[in-house]
Amino acid sequence: MKIALRELRRRPARFVTATVILTLVAVLVMFLGGLLDGLVRGATGALRAQDADVIVYSDTARSTFARSRVEADTRAAVEAVPGVARTGGIGLVQLGARVPGNGPRELAATALFGYELAPTRVPEPPAPGEVYADDVLRADGIEVGMEILLGPARSPVTVIGFVSDVSYSGQGSLWAEPGTWRDVVGANRPDVELPDDAFQALVVQADEGVDVQRLAEEIDDATGTTESLTTAEAIEEIPGVRAQRSTFNQIIGVTIAIAGVVVALFFALLTVERLSLYGVLKALGARSSTLFAGLVAQAVVVTAVASAVAGGLALLIDALIGPGSIPLDISGSRVLTSAALLLVAAVVGCAFSLRRVLRVDPAAAIGTGS
Amino acid sequence: MSTTQDDTFEASDSAGTALRLRGVRKVYPVAGEEVVALDHADLEVAADEIVALVGPSGSGKTTLCSIAGGLLTTTAGDVVVGGEDISGYSPKQLTRFRQDKVGFVFQSVNLVPFLTARENLLVVDELGPRTGSAARTRADQLLDELGLADRARNLPAQLSGGQRQRVAIGRALMNDPDLVLFDEPTSALDTHLGEQVMELIRREMKDRGTAAVVVTHDDRMTHYCDRVVHIVDGRISA
Repeated sequence: MKIALRELRRRPARFVTATVILTLVAVLVMFLGGLLDGLVRGATGALRAQDADVIVYSDTARSTFARSRVEADTRAAVEAVPGVARTGGIGLVQLGARVPGNGPRELAATALFGYELAPTRVPEPPAPGEVYADDVLRADGIEVGMEILLGPARSPVTVIGFVSDVSYSGQGSLWAEPGTWRDVVGANRPDVELPDDAFQALVVQADEGVDVQRLAEEIDDATGTTESLTTAEAIEEIPGVRAQRSTFNQIIGVTIAIAGVVVALFFALLTVERLSLYGVLKALGARSSTLFAGLVAQAVVVTAVASAVAGGLALLIDALIGPGSIPLDISGSRVLTSAALLLVAAVVGCAFSLRRVLRVDPAAAIGTGS
Repeated sequence: MSTTQDDTFEASDSAGTALRLRGVRKVYPVAGEEVVALDHADLEVAADEIVALVGPSGSGKTTLCSIAGGLLTTTAGDVVVGGEDISGYSPKQLTRFRQDKVGFVFQSVNLVPFLTARENLLVVDELGPRTGSAARTRADQLLDELGLADRARNLPAQLSGGQRQRVAIGRALMNDPDLVLFDEPTSALDTHLGEQVMELIRREMKDRGTAAVVVTHDDRMTHYCDRVVHIVDGRISA
């Protein structure tokens, strides 16, 4: 292995091509991962921010706010379930917002939440007619103190502050007290207007030590008309999240497989080139495992260097792209995960050369058929 | 590894014999037929003897050398090197045997191109049981004796043909072998340089009391050896 590492140090030019290709592949893997994380982050922020253990929808809602309706009597039944500490009503309406200074057709996509229990990162509900706005809406020109007009009815709300990482389904969210939300829904979507004591869903805080999975089942048993999900499950049920994750993971998987093929081809070529050297080393007493370990060590170092360079580039790209323009979120953990997957692909790729290394005949080192 | 009665016998007279081949036969299957490369070969090389193995191409010189060096196994017959009977060894046992008992100098020198002269010697230690500083001391001592002390940090590409050959000889001596096998050591050198290399081989082997088999078909080099053994069609004749 020491010999293999010396070769890397003494003949770096031999490995430049593979390193450059792997760097580009690694940047692609990290960029795709960052896009996935950005999309999922942009879709799930509002639910991730909920300071809740269980989300309760009506059982016909297919776990979405738009189709859900939880009446007051159902809420009372939920609150009576042992283990439920607190409940809060929550509702959502997705509308285009007219922003002063923007063109008449230049609408900002928003998701207005009416809420009772403040999520983490969001203050207690503001006064009627006021909203906290998602950070990403700054990209649409929204500022503190600005009055924006929601939906076709142009319902006015005033932005009194910004909150971060609370997007929903790719839209910047607005957070209002329930009355404001009801007014906006009534004016713009009268078909889904709810009575004053009803919400689309409930967020439930459990007593300490309660098994939330079991609590969700007990709530459904108690009401008979709800579908309760743990917050983690509810996040996965947000429309599009599962599909995005699956699609991107497949693309990332194929890209990592390509990295494995690159390593396999490159080191297979190197192995062919080194057959006579391997023969000599075997004649001198090298074991096949020692030679293969050297090959793997080189592949790991090349991939690690490529991943490190790619990680730096990916983080730089992430820093240069402003919030709101592209849903890109390249984190350190994404870089490390991608690097780990690429390293695994590199080791697997090397395995294609194992047979060739094993078959090197030390006798070939001596003479040429005399 | 079990010790048989034969092993014990061979070990008892190993002090005087570096290599003993008895009735060695090597047959290669080629296109469904058997090609005999070595036919009942018998050869003994004393502990400090230098034997020239001479024969035309395809006569079996390389096969004999490969069997003596544990690179090939026999079809039949016994091979004892430095008192160790390697006839029935597995590939794994042969690998360890090559680490400990034999040295090789290959026809095309075959130094590792990205390692310095000193590192090429230390490769032997890195591939075998590592001795660390003892190996470094031995490498420096060998380079000094071979007149390469000032070239220790040079890569093979920075050395002349003769210097590369000397490094290869140093590498073959790193594990203090019982037997060194030289495969056409002068074939790539002109006559003058070839003679210098043969003189060096003789001096190094004699100084250490190490046995050597020198494969060559250059009759001008055989007088540096103690004995000449001819091989034709896989059969040895003295």
